[in-house]
Amino acid sequence: MKSMTTLVERLGGINLLPVLLAIIALVLIGSPSTWLTLTIAGLSMGMMIFLMASGLSLVFGLMDVLNFGHSAFISFGAFIAASVLAALAVWVAADSVLLNLLALFAAISAAALFGLVAGWMFERVIIKPVYRDHLRQILITMGALIVAEQIILAIWGGSPVAVPRPNFLSGSLIMGDVTIEIYRLFAFGLGLVTYMALHAVLNRTRVGLLVRAGVENREMVEALGFRIDRLFIGVFAVGSALAAMGGAMWAGYETLITGAIGSEMMIIVFIVIIIGGLGSIEGSLLGALMVGLMGNYVAFLAPKMALASNMILMMAILLWRPYGLRPAVK
Amino acid sequence: MSAPILELDNIFTDIAQYHILHGVSLHIPEGGVHVLLGRNGAGKTTTLRTIMGLWQAKQGAIRFRGEDITKQHTSDIARKGIAYVPENMGIFGGLTVEENMRLATLDGSFDQDRLQRIYTLFPALEKFWNSSAWSLSGGQKQMLAIARAMIEKRDLILIDEPTKGLAPAIILNMVEAFREIARETTILLVEQNFLFARSLGQTVAVIDDGRIAHSGTMAELVEDAALQTRLLSLSLDAHQ
Repeated sequence: MKSMTTLVERLGGINLLPVLLAIIALVLIGSPSTWLTLTIAGLSMGMMIFLMASGLSLVFGLMDVLNFGHSAFISFGAFIAASVLAALAVWVAADSVLLNLLALFAAISAAALFGLVAGWMFERVIIKPVYRDHLRQILITMGALIVAEQIILAIWGGSPVAVPRPNFLSGSLIMGDVTIEIYRLFAFGLGLVTYMALHAVLNRTRVGLLVRAGVENREMVEALGFRIDRLFIGVFAVGSALAAMGGAMWAGYETLITGAIGSEMMIIVFIVIIIGGLGSIEGSLLGALMVGLMGNYVAFLAPKMALASNMILMMAILLWRPYGLRPAVK
Repeated sequence: MSAPILELDNIFTDIAQYHILHGVSLHIPEGGVHVLLGRNGAGKTTTLRTIMGLWQAKQGAIRFRGEDITKQHTSDIARKGIAYVPENMGIFGGLTVEENMRLATLDGSFDQDRLQRIYTLFPALEKFWNSSAWSLSGGQKQMLAIARAMIEKRDLILIDEPTKGLAPAIILNMVEAFREIARETTILLVEQNFLFARSLGQTVAVIDDGRIAHSGTMAELVEDAALQTRLLSLSLDAHQ
């Protein structure tokens, strides 16, 4: 038994949970081609959720701030990307991959830039006055979310908005019985690259070292001579930019969006950061992949249970590990 | 006695609705080890935290080398050359020993001479340099907390009950370490362990109920059993 535990730890320990989930799903689904299609859909969905959740997890961990307005950045990111893609409709529909890429890059960059600037302003105006007061944080950020949703309604209207997909991301790859949407592969790749970049910044730079230390004990970081509040503004702005980027990618995935896109995703985002553990990028990724895979497998196996499945997953993990799978502070 | 490096002038500090410090005045001379003694809840930790700006003084002034630092931000106070080793050690368990140490340097690079001195004083830190700080024992964590305060040249180190919960052999190691540190830095040591405090301290202040009840040289207190009994409710003989 002990050698088995050692072997599991050596192979990746808790990081193997998504693999375990996939193996159980393979047994239950039976068909390898269906399983592969669902697995790739689940992984790409997980990566998009990771983009939306990672910033919020760091904000929770670093400054103990409950930001219920995070979903506003997801919504704005989605609508800004949709507007940019609509404005660049000629490039989006062109046969040139270069023009398609330029349109996509412009849409994601515009969403991320908006998230960066709006996140900075949000922190200064909304969050700063309510540090260390959870009740006020909840009230004011929920109020800000309502205002943001009304602004979206005023600008983009109440009807669903269509999101054009760049030509090269339309369609699917078909390999035998396996069908894989190209957009999902792209979303998975972008999420993976973003995770690797975040991981490198957090683990190989001095700013990353300060963020990791601040998540554990911000008072001690200040006693060592660093202004954690200034660091927090940066983390908040980057977290908001990531949420907007996630919203932009999610909009392309859904292809038809409404002003409620952010609020709808927020429950999933909260589940992910609770499962993953507060303040941890690795935990967010693990939680997002679990949620993405679980959602897709259960939607196939027992469609009526799809919504409940992630709640059940969260409860099971919290019973096993009350602080989540990989919390920053143990 | 040399000019004070740190002065607390009639400091009052409240924590929420509780009045903790009621006019604390202290003069810490430059160089050597200076001890703040007192029973649990007397206000020792609050005094250190108020100096560091972690809790704001409601009234009074704190001067470091003559400059008023009472209202300054904790990070600015730290950058003036004051290091703080809290009672809970403030170790970042999720970071390695090396990362904990690197964080304590202001520019991210190590002075190799200082690092060698630290390795000599605390060989365990060299051994576990790349290990997670979670994996260290209580004594090793305390060594790391103190080493972190030594990795840069500091003018003043505030240390809160470093011997709490440590084995006697490790406490002896700490005595040696503090003597070494005190050659170049002033130490303000908060302690309840009188034997440890008297082996190091040049001056002593006794705090009780948020007020300084006595201050003077350590030698005076050590020689005066009646004063010890009155101030600390202890007798040196009982601790020998």
